[in-house]
Amino acid sequence: MNIKENIKTLVIKKPLKLDCGKTINNFPLAYETYGSLNKNKDNAILVFHALTGDQFVTGINPVTKKDGWWSYAVGPNKSIDTNKYFVICANVIGGCMGSFGPSHKNPDTNKIYGTDFPVITINDMVNAQVNLLDHFEIKKLFSVVGGSMGGMQVLQFISNFPDKASTVVPIACTASHSAQNIAFNELGRQAIASDHNWSDGKYLSNNTLPDKGLSVARMAAHITYLSKKGLQEKFGRKLQERDALKFGFDADFQIESYLRYQGSVFVDRFDANSYLYITRAMDYFDLVKQFDGNLSNAFKKTKAKFFVISFTSDWLYPTQENKDIVIALNAIGADVGFVEIKSDKGHDSFLLDVPDFLKTLKNFLDKSYIER
Amino acid sequence: MKTEYKIIVDLIEEKTRVLDVGCDDGTLMESLKKNKNVDARGIEISKDKVQTCVSKGLTVIEGNAELDLKQFPNDSFDYVVLGQTLQAFINPEIVIKELLRVGKKTIITVPNFGHWKVRLNLLIKGTMPITESLPNDWYNTPNIHMCTIKDFVKFSKIINFKIFKSLALTNKNISNINNSNLFYKNLFAELGIFLIEK
Repeated sequence: MNIKENIKTLVIKKPLKLDCGKTINNFPLAYETYGSLNKNKDNAILVFHALTGDQFVTGINPVTKKDGWWSYAVGPNKSIDTNKYFVICANVIGGCMGSFGPSHKNPDTNKIYGTDFPVITINDMVNAQVNLLDHFEIKKLFSVVGGSMGGMQVLQFISNFPDKASTVVPIACTASHSAQNIAFNELGRQAIASDHNWSDGKYLSNNTLPDKGLSVARMAAHITYLSKKGLQEKFGRKLQERDALKFGFDADFQIESYLRYQGSVFVDRFDANSYLYITRAMDYFDLVKQFDGNLSNAFKKTKAKFFVISFTSDWLYPTQENKDIVIALNAIGADVGFVEIKSDKGHDSFLLDVPDFLKTLKNFLDKSYIER
Repeated sequence: MKTEYKIIVDLIEEKTRVLDVGCDDGTLMESLKKNKNVDARGIEISKDKVQTCVSKGLTVIEGNAELDLKQFPNDSFDYVVLGQTLQAFINPEIVIKELLRVGKKTIITVPNFGHWKVRLNLLIKGTMPITESLPNDWYNTPNIHMCTIKDFVKFSKIINFKIFKSLALTNKNISNINNSNLFYKNLFAELGIFLIEK
């Protein structure tokens, strides 16, 4: 992949002490922006991406040549209106779209990091990204927005930097990664690790790729992003380009074929070690524990206006986990709104064309922008 | 705006914190923000109405008063408002106690089941009353715990809360309710509006 020329990168000189104890400096943070920053520099929105996202939020992703991951929500006149707002999104550290990650070379050894890359956390990710504010000379963001792991970064960001955003929109996320979610992530990691080509993470030096493992990881994860009802309606027991069962282990059913396809396209754009590192960061996320069991304390210092959104069919980050954030905020009298959007599209709802969600997000942002 | 809302706005002091329980499309909250400069929050059970409130720039959480008042600390609002929904709860006693806990003052409005039209309806037709303000049949009404103005006053003694102000709304006219006129107000008022405290 010759992606370098399409990627904007900020080299962060300031040392960053990671939660694991190691310190990194002079590391690249890849980012993209949409819209333009106004004179007062008060129309910026920092969008955080989810596990397999990247900085290319909308438009055509110059690397994959496909639509950006949040094209439904971000763009001119859309929910996050790029005619109005200056949208910034960075590839998380540990990622594989230009930011400092396990596929980079260790300057000390001149070898690719692989699993020698330090374990990073959601906290490390936002501490790296806050440097973008200095870069653009933005004192305060109008908003921080993100879904899933992006939502976790939203929560961590406002907790770390209580006066750096006026509005805060965590979507389909949690303040504390559940056992079920850790379990699913572990399944993905073990799928990768059990691929012979993974070679303890040294596959890039060996010129091989753990494609099969990564693809199985993606297939398993993809199921968790959908709902039972959504799957049943879209695929049911429909057969794949055949009239009858073949009594073998080919993809007889459309759902099998669909998952195999999702797995196969994923390996073209994602790095297996990044998958390990980022899922680990999600598993380690526990804002409740960071504040000694009282989530309210995470938000005590901020005056920001919160809007929490969940989806009825999301069983990965269910409404109750989102509501726990609302409850913690109400306990300290914070300004918080909350809505559960009706959708059959599961956890993926926030990425898809769900009109009630897109409209509500737009209304919240645009009204808050007028009243700021 | 509904006369009921105007009365509520008048009862609330400026620059206070108000929670509107069952805030509907946010009409009352908007008026409170505009006229009394209050910090208004709402709880609403209907997704559509929450979305309408968001489109008006109001801070509303989707929720159910019977389950979701728990999350608010004691006395976290100067006023809690409950407009014409007490009769729809499974356990009105618990809801009133929660309202009184969360708010320093509570405003409750009660559609009066003692109104003469309601009484006449039942007396003459012998079927459950259907009126302009109570348009549903007995089998599909959300109003499962109707009461009269007199019932509500009695209830204050049973579960022990103080009524600071009680107003009757009769044909868009507002009047005070007191012990000596309770019989008439209970017969002629469509709505009782009560300012109560624990």
